[in-house]
Amino acid sequence: MNVLGIHIAVELIQIVVAVVAFLAFIGVNVLVLVLMERKVAGRFQRRPGPYEVGPHGSLQTLADAVKMMAKELHTPRGADKVLFWAAPIVTFAPVVVSFMPLPFGPKYLTGWEVNLGVVLILAFSSLGVFGICLAGWSSNNKWSLIGAARAVAQSVAYEIPLLLSVLAIAFQVGSLNLTEITAGQGSWPWQWNVAVQPLAFFIFVVSMLGETNRAPFDLPEAESELTAGFHTEYSGMGFGLFFMAEYAAMVVVCSVGTVLFLGGWKGPVFDGPWWFLAKVYGLLFVMMWFRWTFPRVRFDQLLNINWKWLTPLALLNLLAVAFLVKVV
Amino acid sequence: MRPEEAFRTLSGDFYTRSLQPGPTEDTLILNMGPQHPSTHGVLRIVLELDGEYIVRAEPVLGYIHRMHEKMGEVKTFAQYLPNMGRVDYLHALAWNWAYVGAVEKLCGIEVSERAEYIRVITAEMNRISSHFVWWGAYLLDLGAFTPIMYAFDDREWLLDLLQIVTGSRLTYCYFRFGGVSDDVTPEFVEGTFRWCERMRSRLPMYKALVTDNIILRKRCEEIGPIDLDMARRYGATGPVLRGSGVAYDVRRAEPYSVYDRFHFEIPVGKAGGDAMDRYLVRMAEMEQSLNIIEQALRRLPPGPVMHEKAPKRLKAPKGEAYFAVEGARGKIGVHLVSDGGKNPYRVKLRAPGFSNLSLFSELAKGVLLADAVSILGSLDLVIPEIDR
Repeated sequence: MNVLGIHIAVELIQIVVAVVAFLAFIGVNVLVLVLMERKVAGRFQRRPGPYEVGPHGSLQTLADAVKMMAKELHTPRGADKVLFWAAPIVTFAPVVVSFMPLPFGPKYLTGWEVNLGVVLILAFSSLGVFGICLAGWSSNNKWSLIGAARAVAQSVAYEIPLLLSVLAIAFQVGSLNLTEITAGQGSWPWQWNVAVQPLAFFIFVVSMLGETNRAPFDLPEAESELTAGFHTEYSGMGFGLFFMAEYAAMVVVCSVGTVLFLGGWKGPVFDGPWWFLAKVYGLLFVMMWFRWTFPRVRFDQLLNINWKWLTPLALLNLLAVAFLVKVV
Repeated sequence: MRPEEAFRTLSGDFYTRSLQPGPTEDTLILNMGPQHPSTHGVLRIVLELDGEYIVRAEPVLGYIHRMHEKMGEVKTFAQYLPNMGRVDYLHALAWNWAYVGAVEKLCGIEVSERAEYIRVITAEMNRISSHFVWWGAYLLDLGAFTPIMYAFDDREWLLDLLQIVTGSRLTYCYFRFGGVSDDVTPEFVEGTFRWCERMRSRLPMYKALVTDNIILRKRCEEIGPIDLDMARRYGATGPVLRGSGVAYDVRRAEPYSVYDRFHFEIPVGKAGGDAMDRYLVRMAEMEQSLNIIEQALRRLPPGPVMHEKAPKRLKAPKGEAYFAVEGARGKIGVHLVSDGGKNPYRVKLRAPGFSNLSLFSELAKGVLLADAVSILGSLDLVIPEIDR
């Protein structure tokens, strides 16, 4: 009994430490990512991007964060106050948990090793849409409501091909443990799962854009149609939390993509977390590249792409993988 | 009164409250604008939505009404000229031209030949800059953020050139009764040639980068088709009409100035043209404008930029005159009525955007919200021009 108690205590402490560490990690990453996004956008658009605060504008996002925290939190008239302010937290909190099972490096750099790591991440990342739905409903704003309705339809739709493409890898490796999936891949690019299952990787990348509401699938917050979609009415850190959740979710899906398809922390030389981060940031750059290049798709087109193409394709892929793994 | 009830009566205004209830109770009345990112200015559209499908769309105008027509009655002929740059700030020189042309017609003033060529060159350059703004803004509506920066980069060159001759960058007041205010400089002529050359390489790049993009095509094709009958009923002109396959261009149909001396084509779309046709017509028009500019620059005749007989002090006879030019958005008409006094008795401004906007209500019926944004953008509206 005593041994079990100690065991639980150790696990709990480990989880608390990991959550605090991941909060800091998310904070730093969001600061870097927002700056990166603005710089990338600037380069794509023939302008330097933020340049005034700090050398080459490197402290711009920090200044923006301070500004955002200092802003008044305004609740719109007729809004459901409790739900309205619960929504950003409900959106943000699950993302933090999603970081837990990610193997950032060889040994101790995993927050909490779980056998069902992939399932845990997918489960918690689909909670995020719940917060968006709450935000849209409680804002008492019709644009927000439409944004929320879009977000729900989109997330529900894109989770399916995402899940199916992840399952294809799970079938191949025979495990849902992210550490084991990393261990199953070699150091060189042709030993990674992306070389074995390029179709699954393609489906994963497209669905990951849909799942994180990034352009060209950023319909829940399509500003030329819905002003700002579900977060139209949010000010200050209310908006800030949505913003952080979006970027943190991007880091999560890119990390999952790195672990499943790109060999995780393994690299040709000097295995370690730096390879993991480099690959994650490579994927993030691709996401930004898409955003600043493509127009936005229409909503029915978005759902058509998913239900008519991605889902059947992912199902076929899964069947093929299952056949190859079990029979051949 | 209970608070919820008070809230209900307080919400909305004359327009939303007077909208007749829809066929079902599941619809939503939604205000798009006057402060909405894709109504470009202060256009307001009252939408009735069923889910994301539009049941009804009613534009509400007047948020930037500045009484331009009334101002014409209280200002002298010359004093009213600067107003013209403010009616449509994107194609200001076409409005300059329409008004100046009407006054010249009314008073029988002749224009020097060099000035006619300069007018053609500057007005065509202004048309390209207007199309650039439309292009960037339209793609912004469709969710592509980058093209507007490229468009503004090219437009910047153009504005720098126009600044040399006109002295301003946006609200030009360059044309005068009987000519233009300043002669072109060699710097301008050379710069314009170089700019034309640059544009010839830029336009194919835009086609490859943007026009041929599959997402853009899917967002524009078969969206907002306008058939001939519809265009006629609402009096659509400009690229909106030409996008539906009618080769009506004031520069050809009622040639004014020296347009009959240049070789240029009138790009048209297919019958029942959609947003993509209107898009392609505007892109092709930019190329045609480049042709006109180059021809006019090569043949630029020497001479004064003001006709010798142009009156120093304008004395308008009794009578009326109507003059129409082809603006970037369509047929711009100025109808002047004079009673022989210092001021015009009445000025009527025909804004093409106003007629083109009236198509929207019918086009938007039954489409998705995102398509309505696409249609609105394809009509190329400038709200100050519509409200006048």
